[in-house]
Amino acid sequence: MTALLNIKTRRKKLERDEKKESTLESSRKVVHLRVYRKNPKQDKSSHFDKFEVPVQRWSTVLDALLHAKGYLDKSIAIRYSCRMASCGSCGMKINGIPRLACYTKVSEIDGNIITCEPLPNFPVIRDLVGDFSDFFEHHSAMEPFIHNQNADIVDENRLTEFIQTPEDVENYLQFSYCIKCGLCYSACPSVGSDTRFPGPQALAQAYRYVADNRDDATQSRLNIVDNKHGIWRCHFAGSCSVVCPKGVDPALGIQLLRGHLVNFSKNDKKLAESRTRNLGKT
Amino acid sequence: MILKESQIMKIHYITGIAALFVVAVHIIMRLVMPFSMSLEYENVIANYQNIAYAVLLESILVLIAIHGFNGLRIILIEFRQNIAWENGVTVFTLVAMIALIAYGTRTIIVANGLG
Ligand code: SF4
Ligand code: FES
Repeated sequence: MTALLNIKTRRKKLERDEKKESTLESSRKVVHLRVYRKNPKQDKSSHFDKFEVPVQRWSTVLDALLHAKGYLDKSIAIRYSCRMASCGSCGMKINGIPRLACYTKVSEIDGNIITCEPLPNFPVIRDLVGDFSDFFEHHSAMEPFIHNQNADIVDENRLTEFIQTPEDVENYLQFSYCIKCGLCYSACPSVGSDTRFPGPQALAQAYRYVADNRDDATQSRLNIVDNKHGIWRCHFAGSCSVVCPKGVDPALGIQLLRGHLVNFSKNDKKLAESRTRNLGKT
Repeated sequence: MILKESQIMKIHYITGIAALFVVAVHIIMRLVMPFSMSLEYENVIANYQNIAYAVLLESILVLIAIHGFNGLRIILIEFRQNIAWENGVTVFTLVAMIALIAYGTRTIIVANGLG
């Protein structure tokens, strides 16, 4: 009797395993990857290579590319690191839209042809890897750090604390989520036509520090963006905000910063400055 | 005098909004009589000779010239990024703007009968 029960349980387990196996099998499919290939050091021309890659329901475009690189063509150049939308290095144009390869599931894409191209507005180093030098130069030109004359980081006795309320943090929080992936920069038509335009990422970062009440360099930051090729060359296409994978709205940051420049915004910085100044006395 | 880009853009926005109002008034004035009649020679000259209307036309001319030529400057400086081009574009648009305003003002003065 016990032996019969054992056989029945084992058979059930076997059936369950078979079912699991067949579900796994059905979640597997093959996609056709079209990968942009170019090596400017050797040849000015470019072409697309095609790869057939097996994917699962949960595979990302980066997984598919790494499969192609690992098993089909080791020479494909891709930049990636975290595989979790944190480092901002795997940006590329996927079926015509700037996206993070590690944050785009194959199942999200219509059809089974996936075309991967380098991000527009970045000079190609090789294949899918773009040169971010100009992008980071624009970013660092915004002085993306807190300036505060009242904070002495050398003299210990004059150390002050930067107190912020949750409301103060709300003013800039979304802009601090930026991972510098460059998707917004690549989607911006103004960057495409004006190489000296800082782009949505840098301008949104300028706003991030202007809106931060610990920072007292508002005027110098406004001066940085207020020039012929600066913030006024944004024509509000809004594509930056559409493609951002982190929910940042650079177009909003740009409009708010413009508000500061034409004095349409309330000057909340004055209040913030006096608050910081009083901090040492309390 | 060198204006900052934000000051120029402030002028751009103000002239744009103001132009909307004066052009709206200008169009509405066409409707005080049948449209085709409003464009007859005598009626047009009569409009010019009305001093308030002449002031309205002059303000349309000035506002649209400033707004339009600054718009043109903005488009052109995005084409190339070098100082010579930028300065050339600025001088060209400024001169063209002044010339257009001068010519238009002369027409208004002549039609008004002051000239
Ligand atoms: S704003 Fe968004 S899209 Fe632009 S660099 Fe930052 S995270 Fe990327
Ligand atoms: S690999 Fe880091 S964001 Fe995609």
